[in-house]
Amino acid sequence: MTMKTELRSPVSQRPHIIPSVKDRKGIGAEVAIELNGEKLHVQMGKTILEVCRENNVHIPTLCYHEDLCIAGNCRMCVVEVEGMRTLQAACAFPITGPVKIKTFSNKVRKARKHILDLMLSEHYGECYSCVRNNNCELQSLAKEYGVDGYEFGHVCESRFEVDRSSYAVVRDMDKCILCRRCVRTCIDLQEVGVLEAIDRGYDARIGTFMDKPLADVICINCGQCINRCPTGALHANDPSDEIWKAIEDPSKHVVIQTAPSPRAAIGEEFGLPPGRSMTGQLNTAIRRIGFDRVFDTNFSADLTIMEEGTELLNRLRKAIVEKDESVSLPQFTSCSPGWVKFIEHFYPEHLSYLSTAKSPQQMFGAVIKTFYANEQGIDPKDIVTVAVMPCSAKKFECNRPEMNSSGYKDVDYGLTTRELAKMIREAGLVLPDLPKSNFDEPFGEASGAGLIFGATGGVMEAALRTVYELVTGRPVPFEGLNINPCRGMEGIKEASVKLENCTDQFSFLEGVELKFLVAHGTANAKTVMEMFNRGELAGYHFIEIMGCPGGCIGGGGQPIPTSEEIRKLRAKAIYEEEASLPVRKSHENPRIKYIYEKFLSDGPCGKLSHKLLHTHYVKRGKFIT
Amino acid sequence: MNTAFEKQDRTGPVLFRTYEKGSGLKKALSMERNDILDELRESKLKGRGGAGFPTSTKWMIVAAASDSKKYVICNADEGEPGTFKDRVLLTEYPELVFEGMVIAGYTIGADEGIVYLRGEYFYMLSFLEKFLEDMRSNGLLGKNILGKDGFNFDISIRLGSGAYVCGEETALIESLEGYRGEPRNRPPFPVNTGFMGHPTIVNNVETLASVPHLIMNGGAWFCEMGTDKSTGSKLFSVSGDCDSPGVYELPWGTTIKELLKIVGAENAKAVQVGGASGICFGKKDFSRSLAYEDAATGGSIMIFNESRNMLHVLKSFMEFFVEESCGQCTPCRIGNVKLLEGVEMIERGEFTFEYIEKLKDLGRTMQVASKCGLGQTSPNPFISILENFKDEIFNPREVNEAV
Ligand SMILES: Cc1cc2nc3c(=O)[nH]c(=O)nc-3n(C[C@H](O)[C@H](O)[C@H](O)COP(=O)(O)O)c2cc1C
Ligand code: SF4
Ligand code: SF4
Ligand code: SF4
Ligand code: SF4
Ligand code: FES
Repeated sequence: MTMKTELRSPVSQRPHIIPSVKDRKGIGAEVAIELNGEKLHVQMGKTILEVCRENNVHIPTLCYHEDLCIAGNCRMCVVEVEGMRTLQAACAFPITGPVKIKTFSNKVRKARKHILDLMLSEHYGECYSCVRNNNCELQSLAKEYGVDGYEFGHVCESRFEVDRSSYAVVRDMDKCILCRRCVRTCIDLQEVGVLEAIDRGYDARIGTFMDKPLADVICINCGQCINRCPTGALHANDPSDEIWKAIEDPSKHVVIQTAPSPRAAIGEEFGLPPGRSMTGQLNTAIRRIGFDRVFDTNFSADLTIMEEGTELLNRLRKAIVEKDESVSLPQFTSCSPGWVKFIEHFYPEHLSYLSTAKSPQQMFGAVIKTFYANEQGIDPKDIVTVAVMPCSAKKFECNRPEMNSSGYKDVDYGLTTRELAKMIREAGLVLPDLPKSNFDEPFGEASGAGLIFGATGGVMEAALRTVYELVTGRPVPFEGLNINPCRGMEGIKEASVKLENCTDQFSFLEGVELKFLVAHGTANAKTVMEMFNRGELAGYHFIEIMGCPGGCIGGGGQPIPTSEEIRKLRAKAIYEEEASLPVRKSHENPRIKYIYEKFLSDGPCGKLSHKLLHTHYVKRGKFIT
Repeated sequence: MNTAFEKQDRTGPVLFRTYEKGSGLKKALSMERNDILDELRESKLKGRGGAGFPTSTKWMIVAAASDSKKYVICNADEGEPGTFKDRVLLTEYPELVFEGMVIAGYTIGADEGIVYLRGEYFYMLSFLEKFLEDMRSNGLLGKNILGKDGFNFDISIRLGSGAYVCGEETALIESLEGYRGEPRNRPPFPVNTGFMGHPTIVNNVETLASVPHLIMNGGAWFCEMGTDKSTGSKLFSVSGDCDSPGVYELPWGTTIKELLKIVGAENAKAVQVGGASGICFGKKDFSRSLAYEDAATGGSIMIFNESRNMLHVLKSFMEFFVEESCGQCTPCRIGNVKLLEGVEMIERGEFTFEYIEKLKDLGRTMQVASKCGLGQTSPNPFISILENFKDEIFNPREVNEAV
């Protein structure tokens, strides 16, 4: 994603940016350097780290993350620059002259080992009892530098209490190495800013406002900090023990739904490169684990499109036909719980613009505990619904007190991609080796529209396919139904489509240019909201916002590491899979038709829908008592 | 409350010589900017805040920058333990400091100066504000200073809140901008990207205070004093076991021994030159001279006589750093703790020489790998005291070589 130019992180955490000259032949664009004795021509303004990576010279890093601005505080990446008294942080040193660099001299190796030894001396935690075992940057550096003992002693007592207050994020500061990636993530990438370094010297630590538990501050549960933490200091609140218990309880009917993004990413947990879709294998794994049914969240994504699309049309009708000026337009999507909590905290005055439709996860839960329970003759109290999500905010969402319109909790547990992978490993299964199998009936089929919800722009694309066709009776005028302006990793995307030759029912929309905007990551959401506050969104109709960079494929429950490259590959997997599906519009999904016939018989946004599939929001505000 | 400060009877070759208020500024404003820079270059004036960077180079870079907004910042954080000379300048010679800032502003093309005043110096704030007010009414500050058309410059004072690291120039700027006082990555240096992203010169109080005299008397005159590489004079804040502690102005190149004689401390055992982050010299080194190229110092001289336990001295220095590290980078945040632990081990007699050597080695890593000057210099007392006073520290005691 494109990094915003205006960052809120203090400048101490940022490097000197020298705009690189694009035309490599231009005078001053290139500079001759020496890297470990090898002569190279590199672009002026690049950091030593960038140049090393381009030339396959490995530099150990900890505070550096390519999604974030540069801190230069861990000092792991130090290198020797000839003529300079001190070692230089490769990540923060822009090349502006003909430097000679040594990346593994004795002085450098010794310094790095010292730094690592210092970190380990303060690191309270054992790898074998840590969620990040085998996927921890600190641990792999310890291996890289052959650490075989504690050179400067080792803490033997915990210094911090583990903060388990949040439904989404657990903070175990004993494992924190103070790289501050989480701080930069929260403040720059997400524009939330609940984490900050507090105190100084040896007492320095990452804290929240007044050291309050994470559940009591304005954390939006996006989990982006988890995805960028190099260690096990941040991890998601894992409900898998309880899920195992439910599976093993014969009186419980355990139903699981899987969202599109986990399937596109879970292979990474099993050593596959990013971008391999595992849909069929995952179904098999889930069945073997012992879940009673496995359903496709794409079904309820289709349902969301029907509800949200209808809601939009209703709002438009009210505004245009009834000339009702109190109608809130544009309509904002509401399927990302990170974004929902963000707007509740930061723009509570604009909650009426949010679609009232629940997210696909919650809709499915409600349908399972009503329609499905009834059809199958199972008492809803005996049904346990689990949702496999790419997202940590879903854990908070399913625990929102208002999410129980059926009389039961819509969704009992939100399980992340990482946690499901753990359960699969616990069951002794090797995911990529499993045979493929399909989803269970009666929700066995979903449209491609539901599938692309996983990537930024997907909801918009899916909604347009349906809304346009409902209004005009024709498919959207984009080749192969691919609404390309919605796709890609640009922070804010926009496009429009003109509604012409509308059906009689929607003649009031004749000639209307439907304008829409797509944003991902709450920093971009903030930009959009500021545009909205300045009145720049007048004339727009529909706005998709996803709380996480890249959309759900970059969610806080997805495999670690993450980078824009990885997110792009996951998105690609989703779009490729969807292009091959027979049904690609939500309203054409036969199971959707079926449920509106048999159950939600007063149609989208009808009475029953309203009860089960829609919700309301909480004006939270920024100020914490 | 308006505190007035009595000027003591001070004499000295540069700063403590007599000065007629406004004269340096007046002369500077009659000069071309480039001539001021030339004069500065000729004087070879180096920063008095500790790092010793050539002042003319700093000013020249900012003068050459094309930005329409530039800043002059006077670093009056004076946080180095044992330093109190900036306090004397601010309370007794404020005209020198402020005129130095105005001259800097004129030379580099800035219209705004900021004094970053140490929080503990709050007591002098109203005095300084009053002084600035008087300068404004005398046309020495404000618009068209001293009738110089188009030259506007004003000075504001901001208070720090007691962190030593905020004396580091980039942390100081960060603090001024409202962030946690933490050093930035360098490059960029403040001369390129300083306060609010604009080119900024940050100079020590004493550096700025030298400028009006330098302008009055010329760079060549300045070079007559001191050594070849350390020209002019220096204020030394002398404290500890001596008859007459206080602030002394002496030419650079004065030996430690000569200074001890002047302040009445000929029986000294040890002299810590350069504050907590400086180097501790024993008797054998008293012939060393105080100069950038030899025993460098921002002005702090702490004297210890035979009655002092050097291990305790070292311990208090290390405690200071453990507390004052900003906690940003690994070598300094944790390294200082390890060095302090080492001192405590020696204190308890539970150490091995091998481990102490390992800690010294760690100290050398801190010197080269820390992000800012604090962590780069905090191992200095550890290394120098354990080296220069090893007999006292390791021998008289029964060393328990517990493994
Ligand atoms: C930890 C630390 C503390 C410092 N404290 C001060 C200080 O209190 N006053 C000061 O003038 N310079 C201090 N400095 C030096 C400044 O960073 C900077 O070099 C100086 O203000 C530049 O001015 P000069 O060139 O006039 O010396 C400190 C440096 C470090 C690393
Ligand atoms: S955070 Fe990393 S190094 Fe620490 S216990 Fe966990 S796996 Fe091991
Ligand atoms: S979950 Fe999101 S909002 Fe909460 S601390 Fe982490 S990055 Fe910030
Ligand atoms: S919690 Fe993780 S990301 Fe945040 S500073 Fe600690 S180690 Fe770094
Ligand atoms: S060396 Fe110390 S004071 Fe300087 S940045 Fe590092 S932790 Fe902060
Ligand atoms: S990776 Fe460069 S300092 Fe941390």
